[in-house]
Amino acid sequence: MIGNILGGAMGKLVVAGDFDSIATTTVGAGGTGTVTFSGISSVYQHLQLRIMAKTNRTAGSQGDVINMTFNSDTASNYSYHQLQGDGAGTGASGSATQTKIQLERTGDATADRFGVIIVDILDYKDTNKAKTTRQLGGFDNNGGGQIALMSGRWGKTPLEAISSITLTPVVGTLFTVNSHFALYGIKG
Amino acid sequence: MPATYENIATTTLGSSQANIDFTNIPGTFTDLVVIATLKRAAAGALDANIRVGNNSFDTGSNYSTTLLYGTGSAAGSTRFANQTSILADYYGSVNDTNEHIAIYQFMNYSNTTTNKTVIIRANRASSGVDAIVGLWRSTSAINQIRITLDLGGAQLMASGSTITLYGIKAA
Repeated sequence: MIGNILGGAMGKLVVAGDFDSIATTTVGAGGTGTVTFSGISSVYQHLQLRIMAKTNRTAGSQGDVINMTFNSDTASNYSYHQLQGDGAGTGASGSATQTKIQLERTGDATADRFGVIIVDILDYKDTNKAKTTRQLGGFDNNGGGQIALMSGRWGKTPLEAISSITLTPVVGTLFTVNSHFALYGIKG
Repeated sequence: MPATYENIATTTLGSSQANIDFTNIPGTFTDLVVIATLKRAAAGALDANIRVGNNSFDTGSNYSTTLLYGTGSAAGSTRFANQTSILADYYGSVNDTNEHIAIYQFMNYSNTTTNKTVIIRANRASSGVDAIVGLWRSTSAINQIRITLDLGGAQLMASGSTITLYGIKAA
């Protein structure tokens, strides 16, 4: 996965300074309903979001889901697919003509239990292609939880470079305290 | 600018041994990334296991795993609760022919307010692929990580097995 291997998933050696921390949000007391990264620099080749989060969805709900949109676009310009396992069985689904890309899976209101998601946003500034994302995420609750592999696409036309990312919970209304969202840039 | 993605330590085994440990891991990073290419010293395949801790490895039943696997002919999911380690692979297990590769991502490992979650991809081309999420039910910071093929120490990782530990530091 890009950013995970210092040797570079794209076959190029990544040296120090090619993987930069762009911005970080840690949710404080009271929680927040929206996390936004805006004014994203165009100097990078790819972006990576690293998320550790939980929402105020009822405890024991096996976690929650995040909606992700780009450049404040809430029109039906997105699609995504997922393969998931919940410890008992597997599921696969595809969703076309969506108003968001979904990311799975955060924690729910279960105390101290957070889900983690790593999102790669490839060629985010290229205005010659629709934007693609790749996600690995999961939440384990010692007898519950889910692991998911997902892909997403943003195909708004005319094509745009991504300059902002907005994240909101799907079922819960808030990301709760200590949820952590970190955006990194990877140079090409 | 300080390095955001930094090599903390690398271990390449010069002889077979039971565990690969990283200790005294600094708490100055946000996430830890472990890249493992493991080989078993004996024939057959075994699953790697992870233990973590704060100044000592937690050997209690404080770990759990939920995983998704594909074997080339089937996909499935299973979980293990109240375990003494996190299962680091399933069909992407470790054998004696240098096929195993895995990436473990310990997220927000040094905070002292949340239980600790690791997310893993493990692969062995002749067997299968895994996506795994593991939980350590402790709010202690992680400052040591153990990778082992056998919690009892009888089964060994072969010479040439390599694990590299990286730290990622958020702004």
